[in-house]
Amino acid sequence: MGRMRNLLIPGVDKTLLVRDAIKTMPDLTRRRFITGGASLGALTLLTGCDVTDSFSAEEMLKQVSKFNDGVQAWMFNPNAMAPTFPESAITRPFPFNAYYDLDEAPEVDGKTWKLEVRGLVDNKKSWTLDELYQLPQVKQVTRHICVEGWSAIGSWTGTPLRDFLKLIGADTRAKYVWFQCADKDGYNSPLDMQSALHAQTQMTFKFGDEILPRAYGFPMKIRVPTKLGFKNPKYVMSMEVTNDYKGGFWEDQGYNSFSGS
Amino acid sequence: MSAVTVSDEQANSTKAKVIQPAWVRALHWTNAFAMVLMIMSGWQIYNASPLFGFTFPRSITLGGWLAGALLWHFAAMWLLMVNGLIYLVLGFVTGRFRKKLLPITPEGVISDTKAALTGKLSHDDLTRYNYVQKLLYAGIIIVGILIVLSGLALWKPVQLQYLAALFGGYEGARYVHFFCMAAIVAFMVVHVVLALLVPKSLRAMIIGR
Repeated sequence: MGRMRNLLIPGVDKTLLVRDAIKTMPDLTRRRFITGGASLGALTLLTGCDVTDSFSAEEMLKQVSKFNDGVQAWMFNPNAMAPTFPESAITRPFPFNAYYDLDEAPEVDGKTWKLEVRGLVDNKKSWTLDELYQLPQVKQVTRHICVEGWSAIGSWTGTPLRDFLKLIGADTRAKYVWFQCADKDGYNSPLDMQSALHAQTQMTFKFGDEILPRAYGFPMKIRVPTKLGFKNPKYVMSMEVTNDYKGGFWEDQGYNSFSGS
Repeated sequence: MSAVTVSDEQANSTKAKVIQPAWVRALHWTNAFAMVLMIMSGWQIYNASPLFGFTFPRSITLGGWLAGALLWHFAAMWLLMVNGLIYLVLGFVTGRFRKKLLPITPEGVISDTKAALTGKLSHDDLTRYNYVQKLLYAGIIIVGILIVLSGLALWKPVQLQYLAALFGGYEGARYVHFFCMAAIVAFMVVHVVLALLVPKSLRAMIIGR
């Protein structure tokens, strides 16, 4: 554990990381993130109205966040590639980051694991790791940007998601690819189709030329260099092509759903 | 609004004395409101991954936690940007920037700084800014443009990667964004203190005269 804690990168406040992790504990009061705190009092003074009662600031902010989803989808250029870097720029050690400690990270058995495919696809066959390893892979060195603000450069190798979607006959006119993961508390995250079809969006099997270690999401991670880190699910168990917005672990707690970079 | 209801006589007699036109006042206070929201939510966002060895006390931040702060920040940014754009356009179109802020000469700034520090600076004519004001107001407009541009680079480091590159990439933009915030906070402290020391300047920004 002590050794793994050192993997946190400089500039990331460890106590704050832990505090963030604690925040993910089920707690109804935390979801009401707008209420409480002296800062709200200051806002009340500024606006001259009671923010929490007479109009719902939380509802207004949610609406603006949805508006921002639309703006970001409009800004998204499928031909704009995330900047790539030389291997010498890779952040070492690359930080482990989750809402739990590394010793609580999922331990997936690669021999029995199968990627489940559901929804609007022609071929719903499940895929073993060996089968997935047969698909053509590409390597890319890109910057991972966390919603917390820090960033780190990593090397990810795997199969472009759009090639896999084509292979399984996915309906690429559908709105989302929804990923479900093995993380405790059930991590999941929706990915809008245009981001899923981006050339750099990858089903990742290797980090730095080595089989993806447990810390970074073994057996499979979805690397989306055009999205913030939390939109890059690890320990992926299944994917579903769907027109329904099914929400996500962090998205449901108020983080902007598109969160493109 | 009250200016609309005054009689013609009053209007005529006060027209010449209008120090801050209505559009300047409206945009000024909207900007002040948006800036306070941006700064307080920005401090909470900073706290999630501090650049330096300190964090901001939670009591002076907005949003409660990171997700809440981000919602505030990405909502208030529209107010700040739209308001700021209108201000820049009107500032150039009406000639206000040219008339009020130019020219700025080093000699003028030095002599007015000396006068200010020795308490000899005149505040008789509030329609004309002294050289220290000209320098600070022009400077803070540039800082305001920089903080928006660096913020856009942080928001969209891939889609707006050429903009981000101007700031030295994503990590560079974080520092530019932070120091612009620090400059604006420092400006606000001085600005508010001086407005309170010369109350008629504050009155002019509220009722125009």
